Amino acid sequence: MSGLTSRIAGLGRKFLSTVTGLGAFARLLGAILARSGVVLRRPRLVSQQIHFIGNHSLLIISVSGLFVGFVLGLQGYYTLNRYGSEEALGLLVALSLTRELGPVVTALLFAGRAGTSLTAEIGLMKAGEQIAAMEVMAVDPIRRVLAPRFWGGVIAMPVLAAVFSMVGVLGGWFVGVMLIGIDPGAFWSQMQDGVDVIKDVANGVVKSLVFGVVVTLIALYQGWTARATPEGVSRATTRTVVDGALAVLGLDFLMTALMFAN
Amino acid sequence: MTSASPPAPIVKFDGVSLGYGDFTVLRDVDFEVLPGQVVAMMGGSGSGKTTLLRATTGQLEPRAGRIQVFDRDMASLRGEALREARQRMGVLFQAGALFTDLDVFENVAFPLREHTCISEHQIVERVLDKLQAVGLRHAAHLRISEVSGGMARRVALARAVVLEPELILYDEPFAGLDPISLGVTAQLIRNMADQLGCASILITHDVTESFAIADRVYLIGQKTLIAHGTPEALSASTDAYVRQFLNGEPDGPIAFHYPDTPAFQKWLASKGRP
Repeated sequence: MSGLTSRIAGLGRKFLSTVTGLGAFARLLGAILARSGVVLRRPRLVSQQIHFIGNHSLLIISVSGLFVGFVLGLQGYYTLNRYGSEEALGLLVALSLTRELGPVVTALLFAGRAGTSLTAEIGLMKAGEQIAAMEVMAVDPIRRVLAPRFWGGVIAMPVLAAVFSMVGVLGGWFVGVMLIGIDPGAFWSQMQDGVDVIKDVANGVVKSLVFGVVVTLIALYQGWTARATPEGVSRATTRTVVDGALAVLGLDFLMTALMFAN
Repeated sequence: MTSASPPAPIVKFDGVSLGYGDFTVLRDVDFEVLPGQVVAMMGGSGSGKTTLLRATTGQLEPRAGRIQVFDRDMASLRGEALREARQRMGVLFQAGALFTDLDVFENVAFPLREHTCISEHQIVERVLDKLQAVGLRHAAHLRISEVSGGMARRVALARAVVLEPELILYDEPFAGLDPISLGVTAQLIRNMADQLGCASILITHDVTESFAIADRVYLIGQKTLIAHGTPEALSASTDAYVRQFLNGEPDGPIAFHYPDTPAFQKWLASKGRP
């Protein structure tokens, strides 16, 4: 009986700590938003972060986009060829990328590349007493450290997703048109006809914005709440990737259901 | 002080007790620091020197007693009022706590950029001036990862004094410095106090350098301030604590060995030792 009781108590504790964590997460978002005036007053702080987060992720995003485009081109061709509609390859590649793969794969890579470096940086700043030093110097670290990084991530993410989709379309074109020999006119014109600016492109941008907010916030939260030890920072970095990836995939399903329901 | 009305103290501890959790680090602490005065707080490792500094900056609330800084009760300060009080202080942290994402110049410029609206030209001038004082003018462009431990402490010192605050707290300013930097740093601390009239609290266990520049010295031991006076008075003291600390003797009233505890005995028993 006592075993059962302790199991139920353990379950309750886990539930409570999850709810408390979500509350702290939401409070951190509120605190960052409330201190975001700094973004307008000192835009250089944000542009530095966009450079740091965005520029350093550009290569991995572009290479991944290219290969995803190659694979989409190949797989799309095999399937469409069965029905004799391989001219629709351009449309298939573009829709897959703008609606789903662009925002989702970029967000997953973003969590692994930029998210982990944000978490580790803030965790190590805590461990090196830099955050405490800032407080004692009468500088609010949420305003000075977290807010610029948050907005840097939120702005960089849709741009990276757009780059991913663009490079992916080029990859699909290379495989479909250059290697397989699909008519280039059909490839581009079907894409132009079938892709809707609002329904497809804008919804993809909205998705990548939401992922940018969530992944950046998870990365900052994990760094901010990390234990100030090497082990604590390494755990927080892992949690950024796991929580970030799960949040992206869960939210993607939710948003797809809302955006593309007929 | 020969003047009829002595200046109001910048820092005043009145019957203060400090601790973490169940553990009391210091109790019945009384002292004050006047403008222009350099006060050295000395004691062995783990005696509570840094705890005292954390209480002065408002990072740690006292369990009992009152801590007044700039005539205001630190425990009651929150938000903007606390930030205002902290803007008037400069702190040199034990580990330096330099911002690793900024270079040497930007680290020293940080308080100026955050708290003043002066022009870039003036910032460059003031920062280079402070870096010159610590001998690192030509290291302004280096990244923090490129400077040595001793240099990092001097950068941190320049950052602590760049706003020319009314109160400067130095946590182990002499640790890890070579003899030349040590002498220059000590003189710099004295000059800051004389020229700016700022109150300085020096947390250290370096007897020679601190006695050379301090106006008053407090010895911390047995969880309280066990002795205080001018460097000359303490040097002449026959008190057993003072003599042991100043002469660095292993035997005396201050225990060198960490005290035995039930927790240690339990751990030892788990290793199969009686």
